[in-house]
Amino acid sequence: MARPEVHLNRLGNVLESIGRGAAQLLESVGIAAAFFSQSTYWLIMGHRRRQPVRLESIVSEMMETGVRAIPIVVVLCTTIGLMLALQGINALEQFGAQQQVTFGVALSITREFAPLVTGIVVAGRSGSALAARLGTMTISNEVDALQVMGISPVRFLVVPPLCAMLITVPCLALMGDVVALLGAGLYITADLNISMSAYFDQVMRALTVNDLVQGLVKATLFGGLTALVGIVNGARVTGGAEGVGRVTTSAVVQSIAVIILTDMIFTFVTTR
Amino acid sequence: MTTTPTTATSEESENVIEVRDLVTHYGTRKILKSIDVDVRKGEIMVVMGGSGSGKSTFLRHIIGLERATSGSIRVLGREIADMTGTEATEFSRKIGVAFQGGALFSSMSVGDNVMLPLREHTKLDRMTMEIMMRMKLEVVSLTGFEDLMPAELSGGMIKRAAFARAIVTDPQILFCDEPSAGLDPVVSSALDELILRLRDAMGMTIVVVTHELDSAFRIADRITVLDRGDILITGTVEEVKNCDHDRVQDLLNRRFEEEDLDPDAYLARLTEGAP
Repeated sequence: MARPEVHLNRLGNVLESIGRGAAQLLESVGIAAAFFSQSTYWLIMGHRRRQPVRLESIVSEMMETGVRAIPIVVVLCTTIGLMLALQGINALEQFGAQQQVTFGVALSITREFAPLVTGIVVAGRSGSALAARLGTMTISNEVDALQVMGISPVRFLVVPPLCAMLITVPCLALMGDVVALLGAGLYITADLNISMSAYFDQVMRALTVNDLVQGLVKATLFGGLTALVGIVNGARVTGGAEGVGRVTTSAVVQSIAVIILTDMIFTFVTTR
Repeated sequence: MTTTPTTATSEESENVIEVRDLVTHYGTRKILKSIDVDVRKGEIMVVMGGSGSGKSTFLRHIIGLERATSGSIRVLGREIADMTGTEATEFSRKIGVAFQGGALFSSMSVGDNVMLPLREHTKLDRMTMEIMMRMKLEVVSLTGFEDLMPAELSGGMIKRAAFARAIVTDPQILFCDEPSAGLDPVVSSALDELILRLRDAMGMTIVVVTHELDSAFRIADRITVLDRGDILITGTVEEVKNCDHDRVQDLLNRRFEEEDLDPDAYLARLTEGAP
């Protein structure tokens, strides 16, 4: 016999968990906004409060999130470039339009793929590391220690990685643009029997400054969002080493999700 | 050139810490129920109690990490809750805290850890800071360990390094959270010696939170016994030892308090929620 109250109960549970999830999401967004505004405050007012943000800590973060990410970004972007060229020629061949492949490849790399791939690489490398580091520091009382020493944890722990990622991710994306175009060029020049300079000539004609800037603005957004997601997750850690593992995982998953969603919205707004 | 602590507070009171009617909650659970404590200048006050007695919560409130539900906490003549950002920074230079797990920054060497408060709060040159750092490491018998990373230290060494970092700005008050927890008796008694030496040599006021009886009796000028968020007694070692309060004696004699058990209530509790 059917028991309607059981079904109602289940529906109630589902609704409850949806509501809880939404509330948590809203809370996270609020915390992220708070971190961002406090970071801005310390960047501007730090000197006046005699607690300036140290340039050397930003630089060392940039080494970690930027310079050390160069090899993997180069490898992935080159591969993506090659693959796009391959697929593009393959598809355009059916219309006998393979000469147009450069156009499509150049646009999709600069506007979409280089920033996206770079963003995801940085989220996986540095977003997770940031969450793990802040999480560990929180549970081992290091954040408390900073506070009682009169050192603002936001200035000391949040501002450097945030600034570093805002700077390094667009730089990495620009580099990704170049190597991906090179990768695509390798295949296209060989397959269509044109010279590299002719290929880059086509690229230059296909691209406008606007395409490049759009991609880099997106990359900057990705960098900032990855940093904030990592920071928010690291700050809300509870319960020991297991908790740190949990926030690290959710930092990666969330930042990749946020990157792709932002990408979609951004593209929708700018391309239509 | 050293950062000598400014001694003159506005009022010439004997008490450097005055806690009045402190009530705190964790969520809806009441942790501290109307606590009154005074700590006098230059004494070692030990806050004692079992697990869950609220002693760590109490400490976190005095050092300004948590906000109280109600009541007043005055440290060095200043109300903690009313301090602005700059005042709080100023205040933080006059206190030092040695956390239970040390809370050393794992990405920095021991020396950099100890120098951090100086680097962030003073304009001293590197040379001077290093000299001060070595002096403090010498006080805690860690000479020559400044280049090691915290991960390379033993538990006792981590605690001593945390002490060095806590006293590097020559604070007026030093707070220690469970200084002897998790250490063997020899190392823990060396830490007790260190605490006594800091009081005698530097005239520091020291607040120690611990559940270790031996250590408490050895170092304390006065003891406050906390139990389930209430203060059972505040007094000298002798007064506490002679206190005839049941719970105090339970704690001193390591007796476990048995709950009176009603069989029916027990059965009801076990089968709670069953159809």
